[in-house]
Amino acid sequence: MDRRDFLSLAAVGGGAVFVASLPGCGSLAGTDKSAGTDFYFVQLSDIHWGYKGPANPEAMVTLGKAVATVNALDIQPDFIVFTGDLTHTTDDPGERRRRMNEFKSIVADLKVSNIRFMPGEHDASLDRGMAFKEIFGATHYRFDHKGVHFLALDNVSDPGTKLGDEQLAWMGEELDKLDKAAPLVVLAHRPLFDLVPKWDWATRDGARALALLQPFQKVTVFYGHIHQEHHHMTGHIAHHSAKSLIFPLPAPGSQDKPTPVLWDPAMPYRGLGFREVDANPAAASYVINEFPVLRT
Amino acid sequence: MNNPARRRALVRGGSLAATLWVGALLAGRLVAGEREDRVIEIEAKRFEYTPNEIRVKRGGAVTLAFRSIDFVHGFSLPDLGVRADLVPGRVTEVRIKAKEAGKFLFLCDNFCGDRHEEMNGMLIVEA
Repeated sequence: MDRRDFLSLAAVGGGAVFVASLPGCGSLAGTDKSAGTDFYFVQLSDIHWGYKGPANPEAMVTLGKAVATVNALDIQPDFIVFTGDLTHTTDDPGERRRRMNEFKSIVADLKVSNIRFMPGEHDASLDRGMAFKEIFGATHYRFDHKGVHFLALDNVSDPGTKLGDEQLAWMGEELDKLDKAAPLVVLAHRPLFDLVPKWDWATRDGARALALLQPFQKVTVFYGHIHQEHHHMTGHIAHHSAKSLIFPLPAPGSQDKPTPVLWDPAMPYRGLGFREVDANPAAASYVINEFPVLRT
Repeated sequence: MNNPARRRALVRGGSLAATLWVGALLAGRLVAGEREDRVIEIEAKRFEYTPNEIRVKRGGAVTLAFRSIDFVHGFSLPDLGVRADLVPGRVTEVRIKAKEAGKFLFLCDNFCGDRHEEMNGMLIVEA
C-alpha cells in the first residue's frame, strides 16, 4: 500500500479530502534526485498558546493532544508547518517570549524535526515580529522540497496587516528565479484575497502578492487565521485555510461579527484539528486530509 | 455637534491636531461633495469605539471625527470602501455620504491587542 492508497483509506474514517489539481506537467523545482517524488506535510495553525477563555476551557492541553495525534500518524510527514498565531497576544514582552518558549518546548515533542514556523498577528503585530525572530527565526522565507517551491509570507508583522513594499520586492526577486511552470506553494497566515474584509479577513496589499503570482501556472496557497477549513479560487490560484487548535470561528460572512463558536462540553474539540497535505509534484496536485485533535 | 464655531475649533484644536479627509467615491455608494455640518465625535481606544453605533439618514452626509487615545487604530468601513489610520494626538475626520440604507460593520483593522477582534461598530443608514 503506497501513501496515496493509505490516504484514501484514512479519509474514509478521518475527514474530508479535497483535491487541488491543475492540468499539465511543468518542470519541477530543484535538481536533487528526490525532485518529483510524492511527499506529504502537516499544517497546524492558530494555536493561541496562552489563551484563557470560555471558547476553549481546555486550552492548556489542546496543543499537547494535537502533538500526540500527529506523532501517532502511521507515516510521519516530511515536514510540519505552523501557519501563525502560535501564541495568543499579550502586551507584556516578557510574557510574549515566555509563551513562545513554552510553545516551542511543547512542539519539540513532535517526532518530525523539520518544522517551519510562521507568525500570526497575535505573535508579531505588537512588536513587529521582534520576539518571533528571536525565538523562531525569519518571518518570511523560501525553501524547496522535492520539486516544489515554497514561499512563506509574513502578512502580520505590520500591524496594518500588510506585506509591505520591502517584502513584496523580495517576493518579486525570489519569483524571478523560478520556472513559471514549476509547482509553487505559498504559505501565509491571513488570506491574501478579500475573503471578508469587514471581519478583517483579508490582507491590505494581498492583491499585489496575487499579481506577482499570476504568471505562475501552478500556485496553491495554504493559510490560517479564519479558524476553519475553507477553499477558494482566485483565477487559477487555489487558497485553502486550515482549522485552528483553539476555537472555531463562524462561516465567512454568516453573521454580523466573527465571534468564536461556543465550546460544547458534550463535544470537546469540535471544529478543531489539523491537516495533512499529500503533494504530487509531477501533477502539481495536493490531497488535503483533515484530522481532528483526537483520533479515535 | 452642529455649531460651526465649535466645529472649526475642533479642526484647529491645538498644534498636534491634524485633519484627514477621506472623500471617497466608490461603488456608487459614496459621494464626495461639499462639507456639511453634522459631525460625530468618536473616541477610539483599546478595544472600542465610543459611540460604536452611528445612525444617519440615507443620502445624508456625516463627518466622523475620531480621536484615538492609545494606539494608531484603524477605521475601516469595507462596504463603503473607506478606511483611515487614527493617529493619537490628532483629529482624523472621515466624511461619508451613504446612498443605500442598511447596516454596515466598521472595524479597527490595525491589530491593537488582546481584544482587537472585538473593536468594531455599526453604521446604520436609515431609509
